[in-house]
Amino acid sequence: MNAILVAVIGMFVFFMGYKYYSKFVAERIYRLDPDYQTPAHRYKDGVDFVPTNKWVLWGHHFTSVAGAAPIVGPAIAVYWGWLPAFLWVVLGTVFAAGVHDFGALVLSVRNKGQSVGTLANKIIGQRAKILFLFIILILVLMVNAVFAWVISNLFITFPSAVLSVFIQIPLALWIGHLVYKKRGGMLLPSLFALAAMYVSAIVASKVPALQIDLPRYFGGEENIVAFGLNGVAFSFFVWIVILMVYVYIASTLPVWKLLQPRDYINSHQLIVGLAILYLGLFFSNPSISAPATNASPDVPWFPLLFITIACGAISGFHGLVASGTSSKQLNKETDARFVGYLGAVGEGLLALAAIIAVVTFFSDEASFLGAYSSFGAAGEGGLGYFVQGAGQLATGIFIPADIATTIVAIIVVSFAATTLDTSVRLMRYIISELGQEYKIKPLTKMHVATSIAVVSSAALVLLPEGPQGFGSGGYVLWPLFGTSNQLLAGITLLLITLWLKRQGRNYLITLIPMIFLMFMTVWAMIQQVFFQWSGLGEGHEMNLLLFLLGSIILAFALWILLEAIAGLRRKGTEDN
Amino acid sequence: MGFKDFLKLYDEILRQGHRTEILRELRDEDDLFFLLLYSEMLGLPNPVSFYTLELYPYMLEKFHDWHKRMGMEKSPLSGFRCC
Repeated sequence: MNAILVAVIGMFVFFMGYKYYSKFVAERIYRLDPDYQTPAHRYKDGVDFVPTNKWVLWGHHFTSVAGAAPIVGPAIAVYWGWLPAFLWVVLGTVFAAGVHDFGALVLSVRNKGQSVGTLANKIIGQRAKILFLFIILILVLMVNAVFAWVISNLFITFPSAVLSVFIQIPLALWIGHLVYKKRGGMLLPSLFALAAMYVSAIVASKVPALQIDLPRYFGGEENIVAFGLNGVAFSFFVWIVILMVYVYIASTLPVWKLLQPRDYINSHQLIVGLAILYLGLFFSNPSISAPATNASPDVPWFPLLFITIACGAISGFHGLVASGTSSKQLNKETDARFVGYLGAVGEGLLALAAIIAVVTFFSDEASFLGAYSSFGAAGEGGLGYFVQGAGQLATGIFIPADIATTIVAIIVVSFAATTLDTSVRLMRYIISELGQEYKIKPLTKMHVATSIAVVSSAALVLLPEGPQGFGSGGYVLWPLFGTSNQLLAGITLLLITLWLKRQGRNYLITLIPMIFLMFMTVWAMIQQVFFQWSGLGEGHEMNLLLFLLGSIILAFALWILLEAIAGLRRKGTEDN
Repeated sequence: MGFKDFLKLYDEILRQGHRTEILRELRDEDDLFFLLLYSEMLGLPNPVSFYTLELYPYMLEKFHDWHKRMGMEKSPLSGFRCC
């Protein structure tokens, strides 16, 4: 099947979703009012509340939500064939992510620009706020573990990318200094930084001496280095330690020093990445070598597909961005459709490109099935195949495959690193907040909270062992990450639903995606917790860590469902 | 839209997040400056109050935002024409 056709069909559905479905939702359900005074005008303070042009706000919203997650999920999920992943990304974006992001924005705008956490307290009650805090805590813990694993994995697979990623750090510090202390512009220095990174990438992909290849230094798989770990596993251990030290420092620095300038450079990289993928696709015109559906998977697609792809189909994290910053800057309420819905579509486009890069990479169906031989193999290798697939697409626009592969690896690592930074910082804030809530004073201290965040994340990524031994276990956390992200989306959808119900409007458009998500989450967790991780199912060993994490997530999902039932019933009687 | 306009829009998009953060940091510095400026009225001795007095008329509007940000609905200073 021709890949361009698939991309065009996906884009067409996105377009129709935006043009008709979002219009219907905006006019009939959310009932946007162009004359409504948005928080940006009502509480205008020039800092947080600023009326902003819708294009600027959309761009900012999109660059804040797009990251490595909509790439990793689809790269794993194509294991079940390209069609299920494609359908879930396209339909999920149109019917779930779109109304979720858009709804979170509208809900916040109609409630003084407050964030989802505060709104949970207001709409459902104190219990919901605590539930919300714990869901975020588990989500950021998963993000830390998963993204630390993603980065280490890419560093080991693509050693030519390491140098440029590390060059980015001093460059970002320099830009931060320039902008904050000297009040300079950001555009030129950041373009210079980007150029410096890519030049070093080109040089490193041609000069092996500049490739920081830890497994080679440690003597590869045959050599036992220390603690009974071979060269590859030990490299993984070293990268995790380096990353954790780095995030400790990065997340305790003021944001303008490192995080924000890096974000700025990464926004250029997002454009570069999308351009490589889509231009490469249209110029090289590849055909899909992967099968439409995998005839004999070792793990069934239902319901795991829906938690393997979270970002790209629906992601609770978007609700945090929409209600945290974007809602305070919306100029007119009617702009919410453009910013919220189209932001979700942007993420969907990234996920669509990720699917296409992987499924066009292999020369034929047999080699695809050889690489994606099991769900475990998909988890370990998926991201690597995406990077190589994107490199292959780039040859369509005359970029040599080895250079393009290095650049795409850098892009994915940069996204993952920024996510990791932000997420460790967020975890630190949550731990402090819990410390305040429960009057545990040491937890409110920055270094105590950061240490807890970093050590627990490192433990989580190092503990589970995959089939290839130490260091390959991170992928088993991926579905758990997807699930916790879905839980967050579930609670946001619940809030929007209750709000719509109180307004006496049709709330099915958010209730149905919410029930769908919670159903998939509960089903998947029951399957995994009781039949795989408990050790009760045939051929499965007990995995205490995953069993515990899975049980917690399952309990949270059931909790949300109970809150939903209680909320809907309670309001039902009040409204009558 | 010309190339220049496009570049301007692009820069504005990327700048959006940083703008807020930088303004917040600057505002924190300003707040400290305000505290110093009005320290005499709050009972803290200020050796340069004679000079800062001259700044008051220019600061009135900002003063209102400041005391609201500091969690005081009404002006904390008596004998000072604010809300």
